[in-house]
Amino acid sequence: MSFSKTVEITETSADTRRITVTVNGTPRVVEVEPRLLLVHLLREGLALRGTHIGCDTTNCGACTVLHDGNPIKSCTMLAVQADGHEITTVEGLGTPSELDPVQEGFHREHGLQCGFCTPGMMMAARALLDREPDPSEEDVRWALSGNLCRCTGYQNIVKAVLWAADKQRGAQPAEEDAR
Amino acid sequence: MTALDEVKIGGLGASRLRVEDQRFVRGRGTYLDDIKLPGMLYMEIVRSPLAHARITRIDTSKAWQIPGVRLVLTGEMMAQRNLAWMPTLSYDTQAVLATDKVRFQGQEVVVVVADDPYIAKDGCDAVEIDYEPLPAIVNPEQSAAPGAPIIRDDKPGQTDNTCYRWEVGDREATERAFAEADVVSSLKLHYPRSHPSPIECCGAVADFDAGTGKLTVYMTTQAPHIVRAAVALIAELPEHQIRIVSPDIGGGFGNKVPVYPGYVHAILASILTGRPVKWIEDKTGNLISTGFGRDMYLDAQMALRRDGKILAVRMHADTDQGAFFADAQPSKFKVGLLHSAFACYDIGIGYITAQGHYTNKAPGGVAYRCSFRVTEAMFFQERMMQAAATDLGMDQAEFRRINLRRDDAFPARTPFGFLVDSGQYHKCLQVGLDAIGYDQFRREQAAAREKGRLLGIGISTMTEPLGAGNSREYDILGIKMFDSAELRVHLTGKAILRTGARTQGQGHETTWAQIVAHELGIPADDVVVEEGDTDTAPYGMGTYASRSTPVAGAAVSMAARKVRAKARKIAAHLLEVSEEDVEWELGRFYVRGAPERGASIQECAMAAYSNMPDGMEPGLEATAYYDPPNLTWPFACYIVTVEVDPETGVWDVLRVVAVDDCGVRINPMIVEGQIMGGLTEAYAMASMQFQTYDADGNMIGANYMDYLLPTAWETPGFELHEVVTPCPHHPIGAKGVGECAAVGGPAAFVNAVIDAIGDAGVRNIDMPLLPDRVWTALQTRQSVSGAPPVGRS
Repeated sequence: MSFSKTVEITETSADTRRITVTVNGTPRVVEVEPRLLLVHLLREGLALRGTHIGCDTTNCGACTVLHDGNPIKSCTMLAVQADGHEITTVEGLGTPSELDPVQEGFHREHGLQCGFCTPGMMMAARALLDREPDPSEEDVRWALSGNLCRCTGYQNIVKAVLWAADKQRGAQPAEEDAR
Repeated sequence: MTALDEVKIGGLGASRLRVEDQRFVRGRGTYLDDIKLPGMLYMEIVRSPLAHARITRIDTSKAWQIPGVRLVLTGEMMAQRNLAWMPTLSYDTQAVLATDKVRFQGQEVVVVVADDPYIAKDGCDAVEIDYEPLPAIVNPEQSAAPGAPIIRDDKPGQTDNTCYRWEVGDREATERAFAEADVVSSLKLHYPRSHPSPIECCGAVADFDAGTGKLTVYMTTQAPHIVRAAVALIAELPEHQIRIVSPDIGGGFGNKVPVYPGYVHAILASILTGRPVKWIEDKTGNLISTGFGRDMYLDAQMALRRDGKILAVRMHADTDQGAFFADAQPSKFKVGLLHSAFACYDIGIGYITAQGHYTNKAPGGVAYRCSFRVTEAMFFQERMMQAAATDLGMDQAEFRRINLRRDDAFPARTPFGFLVDSGQYHKCLQVGLDAIGYDQFRREQAAAREKGRLLGIGISTMTEPLGAGNSREYDILGIKMFDSAELRVHLTGKAILRTGARTQGQGHETTWAQIVAHELGIPADDVVVEEGDTDTAPYGMGTYASRSTPVAGAAVSMAARKVRAKARKIAAHLLEVSEEDVEWELGRFYVRGAPERGASIQECAMAAYSNMPDGMEPGLEATAYYDPPNLTWPFACYIVTVEVDPETGVWDVLRVVAVDDCGVRINPMIVEGQIMGGLTEAYAMASMQFQTYDADGNMIGANYMDYLLPTAWETPGFELHEVVTPCPHHPIGAKGVGECAAVGGPAAFVNAVIDAIGDAGVRNIDMPLLPDRVWTALQTRQSVSGAPPVGRS
């Protein structure tokens, strides 16, 4: 982890702040410009490129990460605001050998096409399932309403999250996935 | 020996789970912004805040003084290199950086390149530009008005704001038919400007190597080879020294077909700085300057016999082209495939005229999830069908039945020259009507009306020309619209396939392998698919216009069949029989009359490198170029029911039924995903999604707070049905599908709302059917126009 203790964002950054952010369970100490966005810290500073940038205005949700377990849009939070907090990104979902049920659900139910909104969408879904293990379709649609997808029409995303909820609760996942 | 189970090996018809998901669900896709090269610089663009203005002063000195700013480019610097203007795909010119005037809000004026994007933005803020405002033109009526300021005063000989004029059909025969009509029905409407708006914006990483002279550009492009050809022609670089790499694409929908000024800036910046330069638009830059869709005014009449037979149609279209005629469309017609309108109906006579208008709006019309202008054509067609049925006092479904082509009527030429070749239109309509319970709904609607509730049902039936395309209708820069595939089967029977198309979510990595599995019996899991790198992919025209499966997919089949033909010779050698005595079943050759004596495709592959017949060259691979003989003609029937709140004008979707006949389905799961995506765009267009302008040319809809896209919360559920009529000329009988629902869907929603209002005075409400528009229609009992300019709210 030593390579990322100091993040050199610019050659000229005279005014920087040292912050500690726990990212996917690992404390990271970094020097950042006060104006640096959290999403840029994650993507450029820490090379966690699964969090995407879509709209810059907190609307599309492609940059959704968990901040102390709550979904936030990392394009509209400054890195310094994350000082002392825990951030979870898509890289923190599942393990290399075993997918998180949300990831598996998106795959099984064809909940993604271009894949660009997918990490943010999955983080919002993860947050929902953490607080509501047995959501209704309406719960899912509401929980994901801060995340835009232009490809799928959402129907399969909703199914993917419900599939993940079933899997996580140990219920038999819906028959339909046996394609 | 039992034959392979095609579905089990992931062949045709298998809802095979997607291969590409494995990286995407782990956040390990490689999109443009994920590409980081050593020494890379970052580029930002200063855009015009005004729609029409003369530039009187540009001062970049303060930007140059900011530490970390490496380059500031102006139009003047571009002009010194003969790069201030570039040709468009529609044979016009487009400013790369403004020199004389700005002609739309958001036009590129200055470019700043710096060590990081924050410094580049600081540099942009430090640029000083003075403008002398000119009157802005925001619709065709203003554009054509006498005395209107001439937007394109840069063009020699341009004396007004006309961009083009075009006509098709038989004017005299049409006039005669109208003279003989019992009823003439008419309709005018505006199909609003909309933006494809993929979540990922456009961008490029340009990397010019002065040592080798090689230019590599990573670029969000749906058509890498076309970009290579364009760069070769515009920048006059040798084509073999240009490498375009299209990485994973975060949605395209037509937005990523054109060559944008930003690409040219990035390339020049890399050449001038000697370092890689990354440019990625912000969302406003994407929405305000890159290829929009639609913005067409349609005015048409239909000549009818009392019994419901359509005798002829007459249409005029005014298109709002924006400041430059930069339509990214490869059809041979100025107004794209607008004349595919009414192709599903048995109408013998018609006449269409069109005029394009320059305005002070963003340039670059694109085929937003459609083959160019087909969306406007089918929307208008189905709105016109509803209006005509209403004028005749005839049921909407019955009027369509009277006029839809019959199954035995193929092939048939439309009055505008297209050859429709297959379909079961009546069956599709009936499947849709049965699914929605049409007669029952009509009874419920009448009963609800008694109680003051407004229920409505809208039908949209259409065939559309997909899969650009055959040489009669298409070329691009003079190049035919073929596509290509290269299949290499390795020693162990595993394979790599490359095509000239470029997936943006359509799942080519999954479905192309299924075609190989179908043709060769090699399990789909044993085939890796690669696209998007012009140094390795065979020459192809890219992915748009629902052309991947109709054209590149056909090439995959043909390449696999070439491989099979060679494998057959090898099998004959292995089985020690003559080639004529070798039979094929999925995955295996065998001796006629002795089916137990066989050689699998994998055994043939091994022999191709280790034990080939004398005189045969080693290897088992083939390349196929496919030039389609015709477009493909899928058919669809979309039926929507709604309830309109008479107090507020808010309308809710009750049900959406979709019946799609896209021919043979390679992967039903993916096809259904495409249809649901298209239906969502249809709902979006009908309900909320549009870009308009105020009288000063300020765009309203320049960010996601103003440009509304439906979320999971608003988007209705969809009920999907299928009918299969194989395409008669495609190797596996497939037709295109990606755009069908986006093309045919909007009219179903609008027809349903108009049906719910059920007032003869409300002939039309322009999309999107915002509650205030519906409410106004209910109050005034008149049609509601949505054309710009609008007041700023």
